[in-house]
Amino acid sequence: MNHFIDLVGVTKTFGRKTVLSNINLYIDRNEFVTLLGPSGCGKTTTLRIIGGFEKPTAGALLFNGEDAISLPPNKRKVNTVFQKYALFPNMNVFDNIAFGLRLKKTDAKTIAEKVDAMLALVNLAGFQKRTIQSLSGGQQQRVAIARAVVNDPEVLLLDEPLGALDLKLRLEMQVELKNIQKELGITFVYVTHDQGEALSMSDTVVVMDAGQIQQIGKPEDIYNEPKNAFVAKFIGESNILEGIMHSDYHVEFAQVGFACIDKGFGPGEAVDVVVRPEDVAITPLEEGTLRGKVRHITFKGVHYEMRVEANGFAWKVHNTVQFPVGTEVGLSIAPHLIHVMKKSGEPGC
Amino acid sequence: MLKRIFVYPYILWMFLFIAAPLLIVLWFAITDTGADGQTVFTFYHVARFFRPAFAGEPFFQRLYIVVLTRSIWIAVLTTMVCFVLGYPLAYALAKFFGHRSILLFLFLVPLWMNFLLRTYAWMTILEQNGVLNALLSLVGLPTIDILFTDTAVVLGMVYNFLPFMVFPIYSVLKDMDNSVIEAAQDLGANRVQVFFRVVLPMSVPGIISGLTMVFMPSVTSFIIPNLLGGGQFILVGNLIEQQFMRVGDWHFGSAMSAILIALILLMMGFIKLIDRQPRNKDGPAEGVLY
Ligand SMILES: Nc1ncnc2c1ncn2[C@@H]1O[C@H](COP(=O)(O)OP(=O)(O)O)[C@@H](O)[C@H]1O
Ligand SMILES: [Mg+2]
Repeated sequence: MNHFIDLVGVTKTFGRKTVLSNINLYIDRNEFVTLLGPSGCGKTTTLRIIGGFEKPTAGALLFNGEDAISLPPNKRKVNTVFQKYALFPNMNVFDNIAFGLRLKKTDAKTIAEKVDAMLALVNLAGFQKRTIQSLSGGQQQRVAIARAVVNDPEVLLLDEPLGALDLKLRLEMQVELKNIQKELGITFVYVTHDQGEALSMSDTVVVMDAGQIQQIGKPEDIYNEPKNAFVAKFIGESNILEGIMHSDYHVEFAQVGFACIDKGFGPGEAVDVVVRPEDVAITPLEEGTLRGKVRHITFKGVHYEMRVEANGFAWKVHNTVQFPVGTEVGLSIAPHLIHVMKKSGEPGC
Repeated sequence: MLKRIFVYPYILWMFLFIAAPLLIVLWFAITDTGADGQTVFTFYHVARFFRPAFAGEPFFQRLYIVVLTRSIWIAVLTTMVCFVLGYPLAYALAKFFGHRSILLFLFLVPLWMNFLLRTYAWMTILEQNGVLNALLSLVGLPTIDILFTDTAVVLGMVYNFLPFMVFPIYSVLKDMDNSVIEAAQDLGANRVQVFFRVVLPMSVPGIISGLTMVFMPSVTSFIIPNLLGGGQFILVGNLIEQQFMRVGDWHFGSAMSAILIALILLMMGFIKLIDRQPRNKDGPAEGVLY
């Protein structure tokens, strides 16, 4: 079966600079896909290729199995919410939203109805006559969404749409966007560098770094089973250590042998080991696999974040119980919470 | 505040070279020297401009009015030609050269040449045995005799004032946010629609300043009509020049200048009225674009 959107071996270079290399990604109908990665890793470029504003240097872009590279942006059933909104400064809110409908020669009555309905959807009822300059960032944002969504696109591309908003507004808008997506049944391709946003909104998260896809998966899988040290580090907090796989189910790190659930590595293979701070258990001193001293503690609302120095490594440990600085504690890690991954030369961006 | 001190020389400059001459012109326009050598206030010279030469002369056939309307017509024509030529030129410059504009530099070179020299150059091009006719006969076309006609005057003005149209439009186009253009394409606009619905409306401020910056020197110019019009083709600028330089009637010259200034101000006000857009009517937030 053909996928709704399919990027096959997409590579993009600007001059001598390779910005995307061999991107393989498919997107299904009604899916909420998020491209997540540090700034400069090629998210916007990927989105612009789907929107038709850049042509890939190599590779294919297919919509429903048909080549789309030759389609100009105005012929694609795709609409975009641009990073800086890109509203028309010389038009009021109504004319901005009506822009696409007017091009399609929709009659005035239908346009008015649709624009009104759209403004209601984004909580801006009554804003028709307002100028763009008189709107706050959050309001402009919602006009930009309305302007795109009113055209009934099959796909909506959103490039860091909440980047310029303050935290409270951002959280509200996340919920609003998710609702719009569900309500209208549109495919969303969403770009962000905020891992929290990616995890809470998406069906599928695509983690990118240095122009390459690092991992594709459900938010839970990305968080629980990061494929490499980059993903682990980028998504949530973690302790990342160098280790050696002695045999199946046996890994050594921090100069101690641990039982784990990973297998299939060569004997003595050097690996990266990732342990989430909340997965490091604090035990009475004698019961710990590791023994260390609390060096630092910060209250984080629900939990305490501690730094425990043990075997020459400063462990990030999250716990709801506090252990004052200087306390000697034992640390232990359950086998299934140890993530062993193939070494990846830490790709920087 | 120390900063304000630096503004004073500028204000002084503005007063000395802009405000003061205007006031002097106005003073001469509404005064006259009485029989006993005393200065008296009078609108005689202003009225002279509109007065019929004989009883019952139709308004638009009165000499000064004819010259004035002709001047306006020539200026309007020049401005229109400059716009028709200048907009595509500015567009091409902005699109293909953006910020590193070698072509723009080429465009500037003639501006460094003296204004008189450039206009004299046109005379040698246009005259009966000039460059233009040499070229025409070379390709077997009949020669034309356009020097000392209104065509030559308009040509000279367009040539001299075209940069004033191109630069403001160019700078608006060059700084136009490309993502707005992409947004229009994204919403389904083809190239033509992008141009007429987004680019053109957004370049209106540049167009307005281009129109004013060409219209003003065109309507007041006297050197170009003198040279390329051969002195037979009189515009209001020539009338004013004559009053000051040849007749020596400063009062009437000033009165005509004042009338012309008033007319230009009126026209600019009219253009502003057309351009009046409902910006920031009911909000604070100027500059809070993002
Ligand atoms: N038109 C362009 N010309 C040259 N380099 C570009 C261009 N567009 C993007 N890049 C480069 O490509 C890289 C990826 O950019 P981008 O896709 O915008 O990253 P992201 O959106 O993930 O921050 C950056 O290093 C950027 O400088
Ligand atoms: Mg980006």
